[in-house]
Amino acid sequence: MESFDALTLARIQFAFTVSFHIIFPAFTIGLASYLAVLNALWLRTVQGAYLDLFNYWKKIFAVAFGMGVVSGIVMSYQIGTNWSVWSDKVGPVLGPLMGYEVLSAFFLEAGFLGVMLFGRERVGPKLHFLATLMVALGTFMSAFWILSVNSWMQTPAGYAINEAGQFIATDWWAVIFNPSFPYRLVHMLLAAYLTTALVVGAVGALHLLRNRANPAARIMFSMAMWMAAVVAPLQIAAGDFHGLNTLEHQPAKVAAMEGHFDTHAGAPLILFGIPNAAEGRIDYQVSIPYLGSLILTHQWDGVVRGLNEWPADQRPPVGIVFWSFRIMVGIGFAMLGLGAWGLWLRYRRRLYDAPWLHRAAIAMGPSGFVAVLAGWITTEVGRQPWTVYGLLTTAQSASRIDAAAVGASLLAFIIVYFILFGAGTFYILRLMNAAPHSHESGLAPGQPIRAAGIMPAPAMAAKDALPTAEKEPVS
Amino acid sequence: MTLDLPLIWAGLIAFAVLAYVILDGFDLGVGILFPLVRGERHRDEMMNSVAPVWDGNETWLVLGGGGLFAVFPLAFAIIMPALYAPIMAMLLGLVFRGVAFEFRWKTRRGQFLWDWAFAGGSILAGFAQGVALGALVQGIPVEGRAYAGGWWDWLTPFSLLTGVALTVGYGLLGATWLILKTEGHVQRRAYDIAFIAAPATILLIGLVSLWTPFLNTVYATRWFGWPHVLLAIPVPLAVLGVSYVLLRGLTERRELSPFLASLALFVLCFIGLGVSFFPHIVPNSVTIWAAAAPDNSLTFLLVGAAVLIPLILAYTAYAYWVFRGKVNSVGGYH
Ligand code: HDD
Ligand code: HEM
Ligand code: HEM
Repeated sequence: MESFDALTLARIQFAFTVSFHIIFPAFTIGLASYLAVLNALWLRTVQGAYLDLFNYWKKIFAVAFGMGVVSGIVMSYQIGTNWSVWSDKVGPVLGPLMGYEVLSAFFLEAGFLGVMLFGRERVGPKLHFLATLMVALGTFMSAFWILSVNSWMQTPAGYAINEAGQFIATDWWAVIFNPSFPYRLVHMLLAAYLTTALVVGAVGALHLLRNRANPAARIMFSMAMWMAAVVAPLQIAAGDFHGLNTLEHQPAKVAAMEGHFDTHAGAPLILFGIPNAAEGRIDYQVSIPYLGSLILTHQWDGVVRGLNEWPADQRPPVGIVFWSFRIMVGIGFAMLGLGAWGLWLRYRRRLYDAPWLHRAAIAMGPSGFVAVLAGWITTEVGRQPWTVYGLLTTAQSASRIDAAAVGASLLAFIIVYFILFGAGTFYILRLMNAAPHSHESGLAPGQPIRAAGIMPAPAMAAKDALPTAEKEPVS
Repeated sequence: MTLDLPLIWAGLIAFAVLAYVILDGFDLGVGILFPLVRGERHRDEMMNSVAPVWDGNETWLVLGGGGLFAVFPLAFAIIMPALYAPIMAMLLGLVFRGVAFEFRWKTRRGQFLWDWAFAGGSILAGFAQGVALGALVQGIPVEGRAYAGGWWDWLTPFSLLTGVALTVGYGLLGATWLILKTEGHVQRRAYDIAFIAAPATILLIGLVSLWTPFLNTVYATRWFGWPHVLLAIPVPLAVLGVSYVLLRGLTERRELSPFLASLALFVLCFIGLGVSFFPHIVPNSVTIWAAAAPDNSLTFLLVGAAVLIPLILAYTAYAYWVFRGKVNSVGGYH
């Protein structure tokens, strides 16, 4: 089949592995900060519930982080195996940024992770808190550098091209702080915080439904609802600015997101419809007149360029971008709604006594992951056919490798990832299903320093204690 | 004075790869030895001995690969596709064993599965790295700026031999690490294993070293030509000396010297490889200078590396220090 050439397979493989990868950082970036906050609260208030929560989420963090690391290592080699021409050409510019990521982020996380997970009793609470902070800082640095890399590919700046056809840097500051980077960094970090808040909120809600008096569950649910209420509106605003920035630098992407084929003055905002790329229109569309121009140009009759302005081979696939964008935005507004509902019930003093809010929070638990994936799909598919926008196409970027080799490794990745990450998700859900209780692992008097679950050691003791979920009566 | 930036960077990348090989070497080794030690309790102890540090160890691999991409992008672009299959196998192996560190403690019924994932993943990763190394030593054909060979070129008797050699060598590192970090049954088993793995490793090193000069006349002249021979002779001599220390340490039941001697064996082999390769980075086709990114990329990253690598070494050492001492099966570390 024509379409299943090595290039297509390489693209599917990359999209598959990076989509798996992003799920874990989206969670661990937020969770690392949450753990640091819990640790700080415990040090300040000496309230046992904070320490219980810390230990509870620490176990979940360890599993998610492990999966993030192994799926990330795959990414860093895959850019060479599958995208070798891209590696050769962008290496001089992007390589050093990724090098900084390794030096300033990955080592920091990895170096202090062991101390954070296993070492509280060995180093004391202060140094342990420092280790927790370093891990959180590491996840932030990681996001900083990799998003700078990705943004440079979307909006290249500060470069020249040498005789060998490689991009070289002329101004590192301009490379790192390229035009779309600040927007993408803010939007992604907020996304990570929201994703984590919704997961924490869902777990809190689950345990509140079972036992309204569980102090740890109350704390986490309350913290999560504050986060949703504050961060969701910020995220929508950030998304709006991000979109305006994209309109400036990648108007074809915005045209695909909005579903505009023709250039209009006073364009409508298309809410729904079915993109029909062949005919160049949106079938069955539901739209609000003039709103599109108002949002994008801040004028009623501003001109919005449509896809027809670009040659057919330079337009991104409209259907995927149109839909993934709507999924993300829809979830953003749903999160806003949840946050507002939480605020209202808090004002009415019924936050812990609102089964319907709790059920909604549980239902929204995974929504952050969906929004993150939808957002990345919008971004990445929307920049096609380019890997370096306007300069290097995806087709030119690929290694010249037999389709069979790419196909076989793709298949292996699909099988292995589904089995392993399926198991990991199952274990995480099981940990979440167990109610947080006082003296959450590791602190029971007389128990050795290694806590159950994360750690290895008292595996013996741990093994008996493990499936708490199954043993504890569900009240 | 102008600095030879590509040369400095070649040294730094070599350092990262060496750090990876010896650090992840012993924790992969612990995985490789998993099937040889029975009893869940004992396996818990083995895993405990590396659990807090494995992630940091593996990060050196990311620095090796990421560094190559950053400073020698041409070499990265040629070597990765050339070693496609072994690299993919290594990645899958690392995924399996990496998740096993967490998953193994999350289930009782499924634990044996994660034991297998840990052992199988470690063996696959070690073997694939050895094969990749062998394939590199054989030389990689290049045309223009890309790999010009076939997709099975990596598979030869020589690369299979290096695959076995590295796996056994990692096993030796793992065994001597366990001698250092454990006591009782696990330590006794580790001595037994090391008694076999040590001579086997030395033998395999000998075989690979004898074979290498015959792969390509370039290697032969680098090893035996004048004046290279002056440089090349001390390495095999040192290997003999270190082997003696290793075997004596084992017979005298010492705890530290076998591990240090095994590390030294790896360092010496690495120096030997350096003698064979230099000044090529893609053996026999692309030199360090031809593959290097422009100087401003090298300088930009070097500034950070000069500050951050010492810092990394310091806090890595700190983490090892925090977890110093023996592990046991019940209570973590004393
Ligand atoms: C919890 C996650 C989440 C939520 C609720 C939203 N987004 Fe988003 N969005 C992301 C997570 C995300 C992301 C994963 O972080 C992306 C992918 C790449 C990036 O920089 O951010 C993204 C990309 C992205 C882009 C593409 C930018 C480009 O590549 O050029 C736009 C225009 C928006 N977002 C706009 C919005 C708007 C208007 C939202 C609100 C209604 C919104 N996003 C909610
Ligand atoms: C910041 C790090 C990222 C980098 C450096 C990066 C890089 C790339 C590159 C080079 C391609 C071109 C190959 C191709 O078209 O398939 C690509 C495509 C793609 N990426 Fe990313 N990406 C990043 C993040 C992500 C994330 C987090 C996702 C999550 C969903 C993602 C989803 C995709 C998808 C779906 C494609 C395929 C687009 C298509 O083929 O139509 N990317 N990315
Ligand atoms: C092509 C794209 C990407 C590559 C090559 C890549 C590479 C890696 C590697 C090698 C690791 C393991 C580090 C270790 O050994 O400790 C890792 C982990 C991580 N990555 Fe990525 N990454 C990519 C995309 C992203 C994106 C888009 C983000 C977030 C915005 C991200 C954030 C992180 C974080 C926070 C970690 C730490 C582990 C975790 O939290 O799960 N990465 N990545």
